[in-house]
Amino acid sequence: MKIIVCIKQVPDAKDVRLDPVTNTMAREGVQSIMNPYDQHAVEEAVRLKEQLGGEVTVLSMGPPQAEEVLREAISCGADHGVLVSDRAFAGADTWATSYTLAKAVKKIGDFDLILCGKQAIDGDTAQVGPGLAIQLGIPFVTCIQKVREASAKELVMERMMDDGYDVLAVEYPALITVVKDLNEPRVPSLKGKMKAKKAEIQVFSAEGVGADPAKIGLAGSPTQVVDVFPPPPRGERAILTGSIDEQIEQLVVKLAVYL
Amino acid sequence: MLIVDKELCIGCGICEDNCAFGAIDVVDGCAVVGDTCTLCGACVDSCEVDALKIEGGEKSVQVDLAAWSGVWVYCEFRGGVLAPVSLELLGVGRKLADARGVKLSAVLIGADTGATAEKLIAYGADIVYRADDQAFTYFTDETYGAVLTDLISQHKPEVVLAGATAIGRSFIPGVANALGAGLTADCTQLDIREEDGALLQTRPAFGGNIMATIVCPSSRPQMSTVRPKVMKELEEDTSRSGAIVEVNLEPAMLESKVRVLESVISEHDDVNIQESDILVGGGRGLDSEKGFELIRELAMHLNGAVSASRAVVDSGWIGYPHQVGQTGKTVAPKLYIACGISGAIQHVAGMQSSETIVAINRDENAPIFDVADFGIVGDLFEILPKLISKIEGHRKS
Ligand SMILES: Cc1cc2nc3c(=O)[nH]c(=O)nc-3n(C[C@H](O)[C@H](O)[C@H](O)COP(=O)(O)OP(=O)(O)OC[C@H]3O[C@@H](n4cnc5c(N)ncnc54)[C@H](O)[C@@H]3O)c2cc1C
Ligand SMILES: Nc1ncnc2c1ncn2[C@@H]1O[C@H](COP(=O)(O)O)[C@@H](O)[C@H]1O
Repeated sequence: MKIIVCIKQVPDAKDVRLDPVTNTMAREGVQSIMNPYDQHAVEEAVRLKEQLGGEVTVLSMGPPQAEEVLREAISCGADHGVLVSDRAFAGADTWATSYTLAKAVKKIGDFDLILCGKQAIDGDTAQVGPGLAIQLGIPFVTCIQKVREASAKELVMERMMDDGYDVLAVEYPALITVVKDLNEPRVPSLKGKMKAKKAEIQVFSAEGVGADPAKIGLAGSPTQVVDVFPPPPRGERAILTGSIDEQIEQLVVKLAVYL
Repeated sequence: MLIVDKELCIGCGICEDNCAFGAIDVVDGCAVVGDTCTLCGACVDSCEVDALKIEGGEKSVQVDLAAWSGVWVYCEFRGGVLAPVSLELLGVGRKLADARGVKLSAVLIGADTGATAEKLIAYGADIVYRADDQAFTYFTDETYGAVLTDLISQHKPEVVLAGATAIGRSFIPGVANALGAGLTADCTQLDIREEDGALLQTRPAFGGNIMATIVCPSSRPQMSTVRPKVMKELEEDTSRSGAIVEVNLEPAMLESKVRVLESVISEHDDVNIQESDILVGGGRGLDSEKGFELIRELAMHLNGAVSASRAVVDSGWIGYPHQVGQTGKTVAPKLYIACGISGAIQHVAGMQSSETIVAINRDENAPIFDVADFGIVGDLFEILPKLISKIEGHRKS
């Protein structure tokens, strides 16, 4: 089995917030982490490898420091890390990102399965996985919550729906995106950490993957951010006072419109 | 590229504070841009001396914008039921279409859709493209995607909207990618820009900590998925007239490499928390799985659904479909009652757009009180039973 997992380095949400007083972005000590959904994708890939044999390549597009998440994935059992990094990618939206990742996947070569997280928590778009599958011309299934059966030929899985779940089967090559119910990511072993430290991360440039300059970065992105602003302030906040009974009394009055 | 005009920059650091990606540092009295810059433009807007600008963003894809006209809504239909968000989208779609002076069309894909097309017309559609076939009994990205992609290529609408549901957020990205169209996920506001008629798509980013407005300046169609519950449906008007067009289905469109073996509808009918007007959320403060009985009881009295924090989902007290937050669902009900939830940023990210937030927590310093409109500091095991009986009393009176 040749498996590729797309992982993204994202700012840790708990560090990103608007200062309510100054309305500016509080960025003190913004930590970068592996996108949480992608951790589950890496875990599943490693489990499939352990069951069926083969190798797992983790792929990320991002600035040079995104190498950190690739090493993290290797410490958890992935075999190879590939970073696509180029200043020319800056400003890529999900279209340009999936185009670039598709180019990188083609450069990596043969694969049976690609895993992505359901969405990246910085943009919450959930668009790169399906976009990548379309660019590669392979089928995709999103929001996998369980792998029921895996063989060298196909996967039988549960996909999370709004009102329950669907059970599906798909043959390779295919792309799936995963949610956090799928598995419990392992903690890296000492041996894994050593391996990750020594691992060689391949770095591809835009030219290296043969990307059309008109299709990457800001220029290749159909969408454009024209405004960024703080969310409208919430209404008046009140901690109710008085005895518990009095507070409940007040609350029911306040909520009357909803009752 | 983000360009810093060294002459104009005064090194005030406002841009540094406004950068969500930690990509700007002030060095020797001048802003310096690092590798993590995503060209989001937040700093450009914040700069008081106009020292920053983004260059080289000329779009390489250029389509003949005038060839694309009309507003379309993908109307989700599954298991014999029309997703409520479809009608909400017809509501906002009608406004956009009227502002642009164009027609509003609905796309209906499903099996045994019955009188649904007529209903879509009564709720605002001028045209309904109906693809009704047994092949659509189950949703698959390939079949639904093939039909919608083909229709869009043929008819060239300028705007395409879909619900930000499990189905919409799955296959619409594939459609947009195949068309080379821009797609904005999870919009909460849509407007038409007066100068040029472009669609202004506004969405929360970073778990709702900032809002971003996005346009597609040179590609068409302009596509958005829109959160359920934020747009308003129109009053039903059965006297409205419209055309129903049967979609010509090529055999290839009905084939999928993904085989659906079974579709399991959850036995709890309250599981679709994104569609509920009222949510009662439970956290670790409930102490045990049994604690959810109180939450369910309150939800039942309010005609609402039950949601949960990740901590209790991870403990197995309730299923993952109920989880609200960054790694769960994003919800925006009219009323959210958080019980025994501390209000960690990852939870708040998923519910802070709720209209009214009530928090019940015994720790007065719990961060949930920072987003709550009304808070009660106290033991939920004392408060909830009393609240339930008060609500019952209120109902009766
Ligand atoms: C990458 C990542 C993603 C995450 N994604 C999510 C997500 O999607 N959703 C999510 O919810 N969390 C998420 N989390 C977890 C989040 O950080 C918190 O750990 C979690 O939300 C805490 O859940 P809780 O509030 O139920 O539990 P706790 O933080 O333990 O809070 C329990 C609260 O109950 C109160 N309490 C206890 N007993 C009582 C009582 N008898 N009466 C009244 N109050 C009482 C306590 O004062 C406390 O405030 C994520 C974390 C990470 C790192
Ligand atoms: N820059 C990137 N590099 C590698 N994988 C990515 C990148 N951006 C997105 N992905 C993958 O696509 C998924 C969905 O991301 P998004 O569409 O941005 O929400 C993520 O969970 C990753 O698996």
